[in-house]
Amino acid sequence: MFAVLIDQFWSLTIAGVALGFIYVLISLGYTMVYGVLRMINFANSEIFMWGTFGTVVTNRDIFHYTQTSEPAKGWKLALVLISALLMSMFVAALTAVFVEFVAYRRLRMKGTNRLATLISAIGISIALQEVMRLLTASRPVGSPRVLEKIILTQIWGANIRLDTVVTVIAAAIIYFLLERFIKLSRMGKAIRAVSQNEDAAKLMGVNLNRVITMTFLVGGLATGAAGFFYVTVFEYTKFNIGFTMGLAAFTAAVLGGIGNIRGAFLGGLSLGLLEVYASAVLGTQWKAVTVFIVLVMVLLFKPNGLFGEAIQQTRA
Amino acid sequence: MRVINYWNFRDFGASIWEKANRPKRIAIAIGSIFLVGLLPFAGASFLATPIAAYDAVLVYPVGIFVLMALGLNIVVGKSGMLDLGYVAFFAIGAYTMALMGTHTHLNTWEIMPFGIGFAMLAGVLLGLPTLRLRGDYLAIVTLGFGEIVRLIALNSSWTKGPNGIANIPMPPDIGPLKFQLEDQKVFFWVVVTMIMLVIWMIRRLSIRRPGRAWEAIRQDEDAAELMGVPTLKYKIWSFTLGAAVGGAAGVLYASKNLFIAPEMFTLNVSILILSCVVFGGIGNIWGVVVGATILGYLPDRIRFISDARLLVFGTVLVVVMNFRPDGLLPRKKREKAIVKKEVNV
Repeated sequence: MFAVLIDQFWSLTIAGVALGFIYVLISLGYTMVYGVLRMINFANSEIFMWGTFGTVVTNRDIFHYTQTSEPAKGWKLALVLISALLMSMFVAALTAVFVEFVAYRRLRMKGTNRLATLISAIGISIALQEVMRLLTASRPVGSPRVLEKIILTQIWGANIRLDTVVTVIAAAIIYFLLERFIKLSRMGKAIRAVSQNEDAAKLMGVNLNRVITMTFLVGGLATGAAGFFYVTVFEYTKFNIGFTMGLAAFTAAVLGGIGNIRGAFLGGLSLGLLEVYASAVLGTQWKAVTVFIVLVMVLLFKPNGLFGEAIQQTRA
Repeated sequence: MRVINYWNFRDFGASIWEKANRPKRIAIAIGSIFLVGLLPFAGASFLATPIAAYDAVLVYPVGIFVLMALGLNIVVGKSGMLDLGYVAFFAIGAYTMALMGTHTHLNTWEIMPFGIGFAMLAGVLLGLPTLRLRGDYLAIVTLGFGEIVRLIALNSSWTKGPNGIANIPMPPDIGPLKFQLEDQKVFFWVVVTMIMLVIWMIRRLSIRRPGRAWEAIRQDEDAAELMGVPTLKYKIWSFTLGAAVGGAAGVLYASKNLFIAPEMFTLNVSILILSCVVFGGIGNIWGVVVGATILGYLPDRIRFISDARLLVFGTVLVVVMNFRPDGLLPRKKREKAIVKKEVNV
């Protein structure tokens, strides 16, 4: 049972870290919106899904890569990758702002109950998914290979592939930049102020609407970047991939303590590793069950999440 | 003189009901039950569903959705706990029916108590540890539970995994009423009977001690606890009763559909049922009934735009929630007055 785990421990760990970083970025989308609105952004999974299409469209339609063409090299490679990344982030951020505008704003201004907002978000997420399903005729969309999956080196018998390295390094950089943005910039300060105490922030002259739109925008940027890495590693996307990834990322956010940016980082990484180890030990089909059982256990014994500190239970 | 706002259907209906004396009320009740009972015969009218058989649509999704929405309303509407894994109880009921129906000689009505029992047991087992959590944390734990039940059904050999269980027996005939696949009127009448039983149960409970306890918990759990309401006990009761209704719906669904598979019990079902509750008017029985009827019926009615129907469905959710955030038929003002506090809970 544990033979596979021990045998391939290091390659599993590397795969887990790469997956974990994708989760980190998606759960940033959940956690930031939660921090400000105290609400699960149900549409975040679809924002991610739209983000993945940003990369596919860039690779396939803007740079005209096909399934048979040669992978890019050198400067061209960097150009394609960066524009795909930016495109994904742009599409996702746009979708996120759209979601805020259509599904959240009016209800928030009215100050109505949370459930109405939740259903409204569910509605927009169904609509977003359906639009994409109609556009792609319900088919999975393959992405041409731009980044060649060469094995760079071997560490303790584990293959270090180029796409994993790119994912881990780039995702870490993006996470770091976003974290600095929240920590240091004026807007980041405003976001943190609103998440600590909305009324007090308003009294201090914070423009609430702008802060909330900005929160969705930044969350969308992170989620979109995750979409790019997803396509780079798995090389396909589909209108319904948002659901599983979104659920896992949300679990990661809760695991780390939702509303807390460091928490999303640690939660995402632990969930990625946990999922990969669990599927090695119990088989892939049980990995989601393991994840949920761990989640329930964490919530029971440490209701603020493993690394949570900022949020009191009563506010949740 | 009180001005009746004809657009406020809840107050309009309530005013008719309040003005009526006892015989009139009985007449209204019997009349409406009779009208609802005649619904399956209206298949040729504008109500007709373009592709699916009309009387089958009335049973599933419409009837079963109403039943489940009423059950979920006990948890979400009455006691204010957000449950995103309600489909688990539906699945437990359905799998009880499927397994017992194919392995034993019991019929649907004899299995029904088992289905309800197992669902309630699951409700208690899940409720005991988790109901100490609140708000979104409870939501995510229940969501996880719903997924765990589905994944167990998907990956275990005794549930035949993704292939599902086929050849589930139909319910035995009740006197002259025969259960048939082609003509599902009898199923519909059974569902309506179950819905009426559930409504009766909720109405009785609402005005008694549990109902008052739930209301107190929904408004302010800490205050309720301080006033001596055993909150955990009543929360578990609410959870378990909701589970029982879900289990009953599951048994009937399996027996009607003759085949069940894990993909019928995804998170989407939980979300859809929750949408029914909120869409119709959370906490108000009639609102929930109306909401579930519309959301169950609409996708089949607009099948002529077949490809875009879910898109329309999603858009309708957004639009209605934006313009009527308390649902189509919201609960009474007196109860709503405290909703403001709920925002921060």
